Amino acid sequence: MDRLAAMRRYFLTRLAGAVPTLFIIVTLAFFLIRAAPGGPFDQEQTLPVEVMANLQKAYGLDQPVWTQYGHYVGALLHGDFGPSFRYKDFSVTELIGQGLPVTFELGSIALASALILGVLIGIFAALRHNRAGDYAAMSLAVVGVAIPSFVVLPFLGLLFGIYLHWLPVAGWEPASIRHLILPVVALALPPLAVIARLVRASMLEVLRSHYIRTAIAKGLPLRTVILRHALRPALLPVASYLAPAVASIMTGSLVVESIAGLPGIGRYMVQGALNRDYTLVMGMVIIYSALLIVMGLLVDLLYAWLDPRVRLDS
Amino acid sequence: MSALLGDAARRLRSNPAALCAMFFILGMVVLTLLGPWLNPNGSDSLDWLHVASRPALQSAHWFGTDRLGRDLFARTLEGTRVSLAVGLVASAVSLIVGIGYGAAAGYIGGRTDHAMMRIIEILSGLPLIFFVIFLTVIFGRNEYLLFLSIGAVGWLTMARIVRGQTLSIRHREFIEAAVASGAGTARIICRHVIPNVIGPVVVYATLTVPQIIMLESFLSFLGLGIQEPHASLGTLIAEGAGEMEAAPWMLLVPGGFLAVLLLSLNVFGDGLRDALDAEER
Repeated sequence: MDRLAAMRRYFLTRLAGAVPTLFIIVTLAFFLIRAAPGGPFDQEQTLPVEVMANLQKAYGLDQPVWTQYGHYVGALLHGDFGPSFRYKDFSVTELIGQGLPVTFELGSIALASALILGVLIGIFAALRHNRAGDYAAMSLAVVGVAIPSFVVLPFLGLLFGIYLHWLPVAGWEPASIRHLILPVVALALPPLAVIARLVRASMLEVLRSHYIRTAIAKGLPLRTVILRHALRPALLPVASYLAPAVASIMTGSLVVESIAGLPGIGRYMVQGALNRDYTLVMGMVIIYSALLIVMGLLVDLLYAWLDPRVRLDS
Repeated sequence: MSALLGDAARRLRSNPAALCAMFFILGMVVLTLLGPWLNPNGSDSLDWLHVASRPALQSAHWFGTDRLGRDLFARTLEGTRVSLAVGLVASAVSLIVGIGYGAAAGYIGGRTDHAMMRIIEILSGLPLIFFVIFLTVIFGRNEYLLFLSIGAVGWLTMARIVRGQTLSIRHREFIEAAVASGAGTARIICRHVIPNVIGPVVVYATLTVPQIIMLESFLSFLGLGIQEPHASLGTLIAEGAGEMEAAPWMLLVPGGFLAVLLLSLNVFGDGLRDALDAEER
């Protein structure tokens, strides 16, 4: 069968398979959160009974759980995540819609730089195997793996923001790249380090194989050997690391956005959790799981493209 | 076996980075245990005369104080102690669960193995940090829940490694002999499989300690983990990050401790792994 057609069919099948997964996540999250003790309107001072009843009624919390569930799923199918319980006058769709572009910009720049620099550093280290350059690159990688972004970012802010005055410590302006530099570095460092290690290890293995020796022996320049023959198989482990990398960047964005004062959606997860803002937390869980599911799908396709031995039809 | 361990110890001794990391770890453990005797200040006693004071060796507060006049040295040591304890306990939990699960899956094999590995695959695909945050919404902030959820993350990789090791010894003669002499499945797993896979697995466990410490301090940083008046390195860093312009030492002291601790644990774990499996080089 034509490989492209097979890829397309595989993509559609998997996409159809993702819908029930997402539906299960929505259902589980909905009922778990309603089983929790306490509600979004519990505050330090107790509200009068009538006010409470009116609030419950306004948000539909007085109806049976199954009716609420039906309404929620119905609205969700129209792209409506419901009203936020704590940010009055805002719907969750609005809150997420405002923050998502910032988070997306931050995350995609971080992912792209982690990929490009990680692959370059990994190749460099493999070519300098057991020499100074290799040791330097791998020491950097250990630092990246070991030190979490919520330590890296304040340290960078202290050095480059407060002492050197080169970059802003925190804050955000539309279309300003200066405000994104430190958060991107802090977010990209952990996945970058892992990617560099993966590429180094797989590159070393590929460089030992017979077809690479043949390519070198027939006099091809090193650059051609690396780019044309060695790179594609050496990238396979990176492709399977992509989904964890995205998860790591999403997790990191929770703290990085709050430290750097970026108006993304990362802060809503923790704030929503602490405030018992049911609809906001549900919205975040749905958005993030959908993103991860799509990412997993793209990774499988990428894998099939990198490695022609992968069969898609079974 | 002892010759193998001797070889490994020799390789470890010839790795200066790993040795250095080991001394750092030992030093920090000793410091957290002896700290309360070295330092006259308690971790939650307030000194109103020295609020947010700078670090100075000749003053009573070597690393300075925080906004409430609490001694930063004492609080950082308490935080390090908490982080180390969480790291060790949660790693032990994940080790036990992972060994049981992985050995059972690898030894029984077939459909059971397939189903058990499929569960691990699904769980490791989820961003567990969101799961943990979600749980804190449902049950409120609770330190036991925190340990439980951290342990729940740790055992997945461990189970995979144990299964791999189990598969590699499954068809060896001593297992066959045990089967032939009529030992039951549970007995074979406990008496014959687990003792023979435990060596390499313990090495990998040293690498889960820093991961778990990182997760704990991440949650504490977000305000979902260890609560006041107790200190964790994560909560101290969160406080310090808010004050870094006026009182940078409040960030640098706990941040530095966490960075050195995680770095040493990682370097030591890597060194131990390289020492035990020489083929890597």
